[in-house]
Amino acid sequence: MSWWERAYIFEIVRGLAITGGVFTRNMIKWMTGRKGALTTYYPEETRFDYARNNRGKHVLTQRPDGSPQCIACNMCATVCPAKVIEIEAGFDPDDPKHPKYPIRFEIDYSRCIFCGMCVEACPEDAIRMAKEVPALPSADRGAMWLGREELLGWQPAADPAKVYPVKAPAPAAAGAKR
Amino acid sequence: MTQDLVVYAVFIGYAIAVLMGFGTILTWVERKQAAVMADRIGANRAYIRIPFTQIKLVWWGLFHGMADGLKMLLKEDFKPKSYDWYAYAVAPWVVFTPVLLVFAVIPFGGILDPGRLFPSLAGWFDGRSYPMQIARLDAGLLIVFAFGGMTIIGAMLAGWSSANKFSLLGALRAGSQMISYELILGLTVLGLILIYGTLDLTAIVRQQSGVLLGFLPAWGVVHQPFAAILFLTAAVAENKRIPFDLPEAESELIAGYYTEYSAMKMGLFMFAEFIEIAIIGALFTTLFLGGYNLPFLTDAGFVLPGGREIPLSHGAVVVTQLVVFLAKVFIVCSFQILIRWSLPRFRYDQVLKFAWKFMFPLALGNLIVTAVIVWIRGGGL
Repeated sequence: MSWWERAYIFEIVRGLAITGGVFTRNMIKWMTGRKGALTTYYPEETRFDYARNNRGKHVLTQRPDGSPQCIACNMCATVCPAKVIEIEAGFDPDDPKHPKYPIRFEIDYSRCIFCGMCVEACPEDAIRMAKEVPALPSADRGAMWLGREELLGWQPAADPAKVYPVKAPAPAAAGAKR
Repeated sequence: MTQDLVVYAVFIGYAIAVLMGFGTILTWVERKQAAVMADRIGANRAYIRIPFTQIKLVWWGLFHGMADGLKMLLKEDFKPKSYDWYAYAVAPWVVFTPVLLVFAVIPFGGILDPGRLFPSLAGWFDGRSYPMQIARLDAGLLIVFAFGGMTIIGAMLAGWSSANKFSLLGALRAGSQMISYELILGLTVLGLILIYGTLDLTAIVRQQSGVLLGFLPAWGVVHQPFAAILFLTAAVAENKRIPFDLPEAESELIAGYYTEYSAMKMGLFMFAEFIEIAIIGALFTTLFLGGYNLPFLTDAGFVLPGGREIPLSHGAVVVTQLVVFLAKVFIVCSFQILIRWSLPRFRYDQVLKFAWKFMFPLALGNLIVTAVIVWIRGGGL
């Protein structure tokens, strides 16, 4: 070290000037109503570079009449590495094209690893993953099981990366406005 | 007599409110300032919900201090099987109380004339006036050092009575470090005592009210800039904060002398540390930044250099002085927090070497130069 550095006080002044300068700059930004931080208030505010193809919460897509596109083939449940999907199939004689439908379709988000394999396995494009991750954390394991109605009814903001094949009816339109 | 009691009760209440307020606010200021310095947002999640509504008051995270206090109050008060439970129980108070007592001799405002402030009470007060200070002592500065030295005893007691090697090591470190820096603290102030010729803090502040060379405020920092730097450094070391936080270096000693303390006892140590920041701010303001003085502000109002006068009422002057004092204290506190979040910690041998081989000779040199100058100005041979 040179004597300048060993005298210590000059280097301290330099360090304080750097931190003080950053403080002043950020503080002026806050005072003038701008944001003086690089971090974000996470759930309320997402980063501008938040991944567009982020694998978030699952969506069950719908037919025009609002029934689930799922045919209860159990492919997603079979491929799921975390074994979190449970499907109970039902029989609908009135619809000869799609005689099988899910009575129960449940995902345990306490174990889901968000790998997206269910989406890839689905032959009917009935399950997808939206970008958004709603407030899933909970103190109650039971509350982390989401059922058919929640997955059908939850409509994330419009996803430009993936357009829904079928124009969803009223509830979806209301959801798209968010 | 009763008048004096009333006035001093008000002063004491004000002093306690100021210290507790600073202690609470500084925990928040420390968090927020550190965050802003590091491009972060800082504590912002604690809130108070107005009952029966969904309105959540966040107020920039001000409630985090309350949440901390509540946590400390509700935690289990764990006690070790120490061999001296009395010393263990009394140690936090030995640290905490002297810190509060130091403020008693610090003048936080000019002359208060209650009769002029409240004309309806003029008859009762009968023209009495009071310097705004709890105890006006001729040896005020000595009292500061006497009480300041007592916190060492608290730290040593805490470390010794915990029956824990980390605590004991922390206490030893605290003891040697605080004694070393206390010496430097005293030496730097000696120069000021030579210049002002008094130990009475009120008189010291009053001598700083003038103007030097027509524009410089006659503050201690102008007379003794070198001593001001040394004093602030030694005071930070005395408070055992980064970069001098060796007694509680968490990577080496867990929490040093308060390793075995939990709940509110540990909270008292922390609170004492934050109040001591404010005390250091108040002392530095009193000795070096002119106390409650603003340049050109007199008891009658502002007297500007051009001969222009802006008369202020007595109430306005008193309020200005109180606010000026608090603002200066806050700025010094904020500077200490800036230091704490900017500098890395010393090694232990460096701390003592820094004290004895670097600051001690500098403080002595400063004292000698000051003495020679004062001697020459006083007539020399």
